[in-house]
Parts: sequence; C-alpha cells; structure tokens
Amino acid sequence: MLKIESRGYESRFWRYASPVLALLLTGATSGLIFMAMGRPAGLTVYTFLIAPLLQQDGFEALAVKAAPLIMMGVGLSLAYRANVWNIGTDGQFTLGAICGGGLALAFPDAPSYVIFPAMVVAGILGGMLNGGLVAWLRIRFNANEILTSLMFAYITQYLLVYLVTGPWRDPQGFGFPQTALFSDDALAPRLIEDTNVHIGILLAPLIAIGLWFMLEKSLLGFQFRVLGQATRAARFAGFRENRLVWIAMLISGGLAGLAGLLEVTGTLGQLTTTLSPGYGFTAIIVAFLGRLNPLGVIPAGLLLALTYLGGDAAQINLGLPNAVTGIFQGILLFYLLGCDILLLNRFRWVPSHAKAAR
Amino acid sequence: MTALLVAFLVSTIAAATPLLLAATGELVVEKVGVLNLGVEGMMLAGAIAGFATANETGITSLGVLAAMIAGLALSLLFAVISLTLQANQTATGLALTIFGRGFSALVGAGYVGIPAPTLPKIHLPVLSDIPVLGPVIFGHDILVYLSLAILAVVAWCIRSTHLGLILRAVGDSHDAAHALGYAVVPIRYAAVAFGGALAGLAGAYMSLAYTPLWAQDMTAGRGWVAVALVTFSAWRPFWLLIGAWFFGALMYLSLYVQALGVAVPSALLSAVPYIGTVVVLVLISRDARRIRLHRPAMLGRPFQARV
Repeated sequence: MLKIESRGYESRFWRYASPVLALLLTGATSGLIFMAMGRPAGLTVYTFLIAPLLQQDGFEALAVKAAPLIMMGVGLSLAYRANVWNIGTDGQFTLGAICGGGLALAFPDAPSYVIFPAMVVAGILGGMLNGGLVAWLRIRFNANEILTSLMFAYITQYLLVYLVTGPWRDPQGFGFPQTALFSDDALAPRLIEDTNVHIGILLAPLIAIGLWFMLEKSLLGFQFRVLGQATRAARFAGFRENRLVWIAMLISGGLAGLAGLLEVTGTLGQLTTTLSPGYGFTAIIVAFLGRLNPLGVIPAGLLLALTYLGGDAAQINLGLPNAVTGIFQGILLFYLLGCDILLLNRFRWVPSHAKAAR
Repeated sequence: MTALLVAFLVSTIAAATPLLLAATGELVVEKVGVLNLGVEGMMLAGAIAGFATANETGITSLGVLAAMIAGLALSLLFAVISLTLQANQTATGLALTIFGRGFSALVGAGYVGIPAPTLPKIHLPVLSDIPVLGPVIFGHDILVYLSLAILAVVAWCIRSTHLGLILRAVGDSHDAAHALGYAVVPIRYAAVAFGGALAGLAGAYMSLAYTPLWAQDMTAGRGWVAVALVTFSAWRPFWLLIGAWFFGALMYLSLYVQALGVAVPSALLSAVPYIGTVVVLVLISRDARRIRLHRPAMLGRPFQARV
C-alpha cells in the first residue's frame, strides 16, 4: 500500500513545486468536471484561463481585478502567519467602501486634492474599524475571530443594503438601489486616461513589497512568524500576543478597506447593493497560493483575478454559469493544501506483505 | 393572541431545525477533535442535491437521501485533505465552504425559480387537532422529529456508551487513544462523515421544507451559525437545543417584525440574527476557563501516528 513517510526535513524543491503541482491538478480536475457536464474539456479550460488574456485590454482588465485581491491577500498572509484567522475581509472591504463613498456623497463639490485623500483615509479607517472590532472581541472577550469576522461581513452587507435602498439612495435614480454617481473629483486617479486602470494597480504591488520587508526583515515580522509557528515560544520570549493580534487585524482590515474604497472609486463610481463579488473568500485562496508570503501574493492575485475574467468569458462564450469560478477556486485551495504534505513527507510504495512481516 | 403564539412557536421550531441538524453533526465532529468549518458548503450542497433530486424524481424522500449523500461526499473530501494529508483544518474547512458554494450555484443554475415537491407535515388524527399543543408538538414534518431524535441519540451515545467514551478519548488525547489501540484516523473519518451527512440533511430541510425553493446561497450563513452554536453549547447536546431554539426565534422574529411593517428598515432587521450570534459568542466565550474546560483538547490538531 501507499505509505506517507516523514522526510525529516523541509524539501526546498516542493516548497516551490507544490503550488505548481496544485495548479496542474486543478486544471486537470476542472477539465474532467467540464467533460462530465458534456463540454469539450480543452476548449473550456482554454476559454477559462487563456482567452481572457488574448482579448483587447485583457491585461488591463486583469490588473484591475487583481489589485484588490492582492491588497487583501497581503493583509491576510500577514494575519494567517500569526494564526489570526480573519475570514471576513468582505465586510472590511464593504465598510471601507461605505465610509469613503459616504464622504464623496456628502461633499460632491469638494476639489479632488482634498476629497480623494480624505476618502482614502476614511476607507482605510472603515476597514480598520471593522477589523479592530474583531480584534477587540477576541482579546477582551476571547471570542473566536473566525466566526465574528464572518458575522460582521453579513452585518456590513445588510448595512450597505440599508444605506443604498434607504437614506443614500439616488433621488434621481428611478428607484434603483444605488447611490448617486460620485463626482469626477472623487474618483481614483487613472494611470491611463479613459480606462479603469487606476492608481490601486500601482499601489497593490508596492504594499506587497512593503509588507514583505516588514514581515521578513523586521523584529515585528519575526514576532509574527514565531507567534504563528510556536505560540508557546513566543510567550516565553515575551512577545505581546495581544498587540500582534491587534496589528494583524488592523493591517488586514485596513488593507481590505482600502481595496474596497479603490474598487468603488476606480471601477464602480457609486455604491450599489453588491460591491464585492466574493473577494473576501478569494483573497483567502490568494494568500495561501502565495504561500503566505506578500511577494508570492502578487502572482497569486493575478491568477485568481484571471479566474473571475474566465468565469465571465465562460458565461458569455459557452453559456456556463459563472459559478464555475467558485468551483475552480475551491478545488485549487483543496489541492494547494493537500499538496503541501510533500513539503515534509514523501509517498512510498510498501508491499503489503512487508507490512505484515514487520 | 393564541394564534400568534402558536405561529411563533411553530415557526421557531422550523427555523431551528436546520441549525440543530447541522450543529449536532458538527458537535460529533468536534468531539473527536476535528474542526470542520465547511458546514455552510455542505449545507448548500445538500440543499441543491435534495432539491434537484426531488424535482427530477418527484419523490421527496429520495431528495432527502441525495442531500445526505452530497453532504457526506463533501465531508470525505475534507477528511482526505485534513486527516490523511494533514493540511490545516481551518483552511481546509474554508476550502470546503468555497467549493460547496460554487458547486451548488453551478448545479442550481437550472433550478432557480421552479417548485419542488415539499416535505409533507404529519397529521395525527386527534393529537394534531388539540388547540395550541397540537400544531406546536404534533404538526411538523418528519425531519423536525428526526432532528430531535438524532440529538437525543447523540447525547446518550456521547454520555453513556462505550462508543462515546472512545470518541471523547480520541478528541481529548489522540496519542493516548492511539496507544490504547484505537484507530484514531478512521474514527475521525467516521465522525466527519456523520457530520457531513447531517449538514446535508440540514440543507435538504432548507430547500424541501423551510423555503421549498432553490436560491443561490440560500442558507445565508446558517452553517456558520451552527458552528457558533457548538461553541455556545460548550460541546453539550442539551445546550445545543436551547441555542438552536434561541436562534430560530431570533430568525423568525426578524422576519415577523419586517412583515408587520414596523418603521425599522428591513435590511437592518435582517442583520439581527448575525448580531445576535456575535453577542452570544462574546457572552459565552468571556469565561476562557470554562471554554477550555469543555473544549475537546485536540480540537484542530493533526494526528500522525508515531510507529
């Protein structure tokens, strides 16, 4: 029978090869699923993963989708390193968008050099407020952050629905559940004129690099890593666990808030009832695919952004529901986690009689 | 007044049933030291599998069976990755939820907005006609009674049988259980599969009895509330029932007040059960010592036999 055997060390090769193997297995498995649904596997995988890039503006669309995923994924990789399981980034994203967007609606005539920076600050603070609340409940009341952060995501979503169907609804909007459009001055500055390519695309990799330095090269980053890998050792070393939980939740929440603010000022231009197409859960996969390393999160964010574009392409070209994206993402995370057994272990074929003799 | 009270009690019990089913399954899973956060995904898979099967065959009981099989199949996926391949249980559970949502949305795309046969409510001759008590106690569908029966059996089994002792040993000290010769990983597989089947059943209750329709993400976080309920109950079955009824009442009231047309906006009322979950979690978890006392000691820890 096939036996799992400890290597006794961590394989350098599999550290980088395991995500690649997971990707290949995900591609093969989704091909099989498409075949089971009576679709040509090759064409579907092609439509899903390659065709979106060949379109005009394909790379620009990819970058726009990837920017929020990278920002949120970077924050999560930091939090997960410290064993702080923030899974409610959707809520932090939404609260950031609400706080920033609210400013834009309240001051439609403010000049851009005042309003946009103020909105960015409000967005970050909104995300931090949501994340900080989770941290406070965990530290002060020992409440599990997995459940509270997710519950806050639902609560924030209903708050958003309340605002855009109630007090913030556009009076000239024919009753549609949406706010008025933000003024042009309140929109995110563009890198390329007349496109959606906004400043966040530049910001996301910079944030990733900055946090990589913090995590890998600073004492604070060291404390994060120790807390995650050896909680007891961190306590004996006198690291203040509560402080690290605060920092992890504030950074991951604040980055999600920033991502939300940039999403509404960069692509939507107003608040509607759904702001996040499931970015919160996708960002979790981005963090794991990036090996909880901020630099790894950049290519991971690009890849998961591709699955969103692929889902849309599969819907338009092949008539598949774009829920395909969710399946693909779920399978990818399964394989990513499963393949990591190869880091510390190897598979070996042991004939069954040998086992009996032992 | 009596009619209102009856409606309140009947609806609370109905709203509590999916929570109770899913939470009972998760309780057993956590008792053996495994944390499966994929309850929401398994419920959704069960909901669509049950709905689609009942819709295609016209037989509700086949739908219920299919839902349990779907939940069980998904839970085995979780078991392979977290127990055999020893991946982080928190992350694997999240993967299961993400996968279950995608899977149910994909399969369910063709079933939006069409009716399916509904699970009938039982009607006992005399008993169901007693005023108040009749509808409240004798007027539900079969799954309501099944959920209570399962909880009772699980409670008895954990508390006073040899099997329960083994389950608790595996959850409290897997090394000791292993040393005594119990097969830790297979026992955990069985518990996870049981939890999966019950989560699937909870999903079937949602799509075949509670709101007999399919809608994307129709469980709306109930799987997570079920996970929270297990912590709330401090891993004791009786308190699971109290918690499920409490949240059932909260869910019913938030709908009821909306229907009354009270001045509070409906979107804010919809948030009440989630706010309630946070509040209850905070109140329960405040006493860290009590949680530590009741919590299975190996919860979330991977087990690798040292030969």
